[in-house]
Amino acid sequence: MTKPNTDLHNLTIAELHRGLQQKQFSSHELTEHFLQRITQLDTELNCFISVDAERALLLADEADQRLANGDTADLLGIPIAQKDIFCTRGMRTSCGSKMLDNFVPPYDATVIARMQQAGAVMLGKTNMDEFAMGSSNETSYYGPVKNPWDTNTVPGGSSGGSAAAVAARLAPAATGTDTGGSIRQPAALCGITGLKPTYGRVSRYGMIAFASSLDQGGPMTRSAADAAVLLNTMVGHDPLDSTSAHAVCPDFTKQLPKSIKGLRIGLPKEYFDQRLNTAMADKVHEALQHLTALGAELVDIELPNSALSVPAYYVIAPAEASSNLSRFDGVRYGYRCENPTDLEDMYTRTRSEGFGDEVKRRILVGAYALSAGYYDAYYRKAQQIRRLIKEDFVKAFEKVDVIAGPTSPSPAFALGAKQSDPVEMYLEDIYTIAVNLAGLPGMSIPAGFINKMPVGLQLVGNYFDESTLLNTAHQYQQVTDWHQRSPID
Amino acid sequence: MTISKEQIIQTAKLARVKLNDNEMDDITQRLSSILELVDQMQAVDTSAVEPMANSLDAVQTLRVDLVDEPADKIARRNELLEGAPACEDGLFLVPRVID
Repeated sequence: MTKPNTDLHNLTIAELHRGLQQKQFSSHELTEHFLQRITQLDTELNCFISVDAERALLLADEADQRLANGDTADLLGIPIAQKDIFCTRGMRTSCGSKMLDNFVPPYDATVIARMQQAGAVMLGKTNMDEFAMGSSNETSYYGPVKNPWDTNTVPGGSSGGSAAAVAARLAPAATGTDTGGSIRQPAALCGITGLKPTYGRVSRYGMIAFASSLDQGGPMTRSAADAAVLLNTMVGHDPLDSTSAHAVCPDFTKQLPKSIKGLRIGLPKEYFDQRLNTAMADKVHEALQHLTALGAELVDIELPNSALSVPAYYVIAPAEASSNLSRFDGVRYGYRCENPTDLEDMYTRTRSEGFGDEVKRRILVGAYALSAGYYDAYYRKAQQIRRLIKEDFVKAFEKVDVIAGPTSPSPAFALGAKQSDPVEMYLEDIYTIAVNLAGLPGMSIPAGFINKMPVGLQLVGNYFDESTLLNTAHQYQQVTDWHQRSPID
Repeated sequence: MTISKEQIIQTAKLARVKLNDNEMDDITQRLSSILELVDQMQAVDTSAVEPMANSLDAVQTLRVDLVDEPADKIARRNELLEGAPACEDGLFLVPRVID
């Protein structure tokens, strides 16, 4: 063995792939190594809701068998943490909710099935805000995740467990989902790389729905190069998802080495106005200097309707959620209240006892916005604003290849700091939400530290142009080492 | 726009969610502040804008209407029912609806 086992958690996916192919270590050893780290470190961090070591080692043994047979698939034998929103056959999928605390899906999400076919080893299911509704991971039924950079602060959300697990090296990579920033914001707050693909790129089949016209799964990794490998496995048309795109899927690893000379990077003036704090602005400008040194050009652009993205989102997302979450009625699966007196009582008590406060709030907002007399003023209006927001981006992409700005308004905040005011929490996603409304791909990459806490640079790409995002991020990561910093040895 | 307690009670009823009396003030205040945020939209004239339901303006895809039941449908049905809070004779069991 050329590398001691203690180093395994610091290797990139490409290095792990090479090590497995060259028999420097087995998938079994690799999986055991990460399971041990989870045992050691996760009691405090709370990244995982479920870990099934036996199942993981069984998958690792299968991968070792395929490796022995000469299979060279990129993800073969590599342990991956899956957000607990993706249905896993035979393994509890809670979505961070008491409602699904006992739910064992009878089928796999397409993302899970594709990863399994590729030979990835599922380490466990990661913690998240309940039904992905939150920006701090504090709404989880299983308690908050702690940010490994400072355990008194939040990891961001909703994919907080995945972000913290990757940052703390409890998994080489993880999956997340992003409805309003749930991959990018926790990636920023935990100092990792997160990519939300174009709407329709990654199948939503078996991914428990929050707001179906916005939800999108994507990779959460330590680097853009790792993200490209995961994305290759996750994308592609799926007949089981009626909104799945028929777009061509390139090999996302192929364009990584390309020069970004001449790349036009748009800076929306609305993202750099007085609301952006100075420390964050400095970090973004520092990152942009690296990109211009690599030959990129900065172009001033406008996204005049961007201020309306948070209001429009907080109608559309709750409206879709109130409809999606009507399926949780205590009849077919999940929680049912004790001794219901009649059907009505069963529905109402099941939902009142099974859902947490933030989920109930969003259901109420959504039901209100969709109710007779308010539909036009709220839901229809929000859909009209949504088009204006999209048109802003379409216009901007006539002049630029990528749009850059901060991922979040500030670094990680203290646990509990924003729980009393929902609107303050919602503004956490002010820079990420418009991207979901427009359906564009967006990415967050580590861009340095403020008071020892990581911050992210957000890159937004044109429709189905994840390649340019990954290429830009990868070139940036060739000249910076923020993405290699680790909170824990 | 502010929301009254009565409107919240009515909406909660429609959504099959029961709120405790001691939650009411808190939720009224929180929902009002969300609706205040949302009301920022009203400042924009959107009379000429077509609402957008899908960011790619995609239309609903349809498949050929063919039965594609799995060969092991009984086994699959049993697997589905295993997760049900209550079932009997291959059916989901709920409280009596008609006396």
